[in-house]
Amino acid sequence: MIGTKTLTDNPVDLYLRADRMPHIWCSGCGVGPSVACFVKAIHRTGLDTDKIAIVSGIGCSGRVAGYVKVDSFHTTHGRAIPFATGLALANPELKVVVFSGDGDLAAIGGNHLIHAARRNIDMTVICYNNFNYGMTGGQLGPTTPLEAKSTTSPYGNCDPPFNLPHLVAACGASYVSRWTVIHPRQLEKSMAEALTKPGFTFVEVLGPCPTTYGRMNKLGRGVDELRAYQERCVVSNGVDPRDAEIGLNGPILVGNFVDLSRPTFWDHCVKIFGRAQKK
Amino acid sequence: MKLWRKPFDFHEQATAPSKVVLNKDRCKGCEYCVVFCPTKALVMSTEMNAKGYLIPVELPDGKCLGCGLCEAICPDFALWIVPLEAAQKGE
Repeated sequence: MIGTKTLTDNPVDLYLRADRMPHIWCSGCGVGPSVACFVKAIHRTGLDTDKIAIVSGIGCSGRVAGYVKVDSFHTTHGRAIPFATGLALANPELKVVVFSGDGDLAAIGGNHLIHAARRNIDMTVICYNNFNYGMTGGQLGPTTPLEAKSTTSPYGNCDPPFNLPHLVAACGASYVSRWTVIHPRQLEKSMAEALTKPGFTFVEVLGPCPTTYGRMNKLGRGVDELRAYQERCVVSNGVDPRDAEIGLNGPILVGNFVDLSRPTFWDHCVKIFGRAQKK
Repeated sequence: MKLWRKPFDFHEQATAPSKVVLNKDRCKGCEYCVVFCPTKALVMSTEMNAKGYLIPVELPDGKCLGCGLCEAICPDFALWIVPLEAAQKGE
């Protein structure tokens, strides 16, 4: 819980740009709860907000950078991770967080995602996954489940989707977890762990998109979509992420999948450049 | 012999009866708080806010136990809970 509670201000407003509220997200959008969990996670870890930078790409969740009251950077489409890499290497004291969507991180920025995980750059990536490109009108994305309908796949999707936790875990991420917005406490705890852990940490947040994905697939309102998550989710901590594929129906495995220690890119830099300077 | 005990962190974890506070201007009427409240302390009202969304309202019978789920899943940062004692003091 953040601070003392009053009748006039929401406690999370301490970390938000309250003058920009109400925000642009649709009624029932899941980005709001994930941002609330994120700022509570910042509060839980006790990190200095002057030492945190948020980078986001384009999309609905790209707007997060504008609403959170820390140093933030709204970048070009898919290039949130390269900008964040630059920030992390220029100032290793900074805690760099990338908060973006599945279309931004996995489609256009997919190459950056896998290489940031491979190099184990010291950053936290929070991927809000709503299974489509919500802002541009619900087009098919690389995380859209097989046979799901979207604006550009009106008869059903023919492409098998990415399993993001498996992808980043296989590339070498230090911490991988997946939760939905109906698990706010677990999500907050996972985000706090990801923020304090050195190396590349990845948290996938599954959330509803009632305006486009929900409407195309006849999932009902945001409430119905959230209740479906509640029924379909199986908490399975420590399970092999390769089993955590998401289908159109059927169970969704959530939990903390990977938690290991690897030297970060900066550790290797210090070691190798230090050795070179001695010669 | 006693087979149970109070958890050691009970004073940190226990919730207090609370009052739900709503910022009407931010609410978009998604009903998350109403549907997922474990004690059904909220209902949708027939009152509209400036944007034309129906807003939730707390029932007057004081069912809220202060779990804070509504606060955690509110997509619009519109809802939060204040412990009943502090709320009465503030008014």
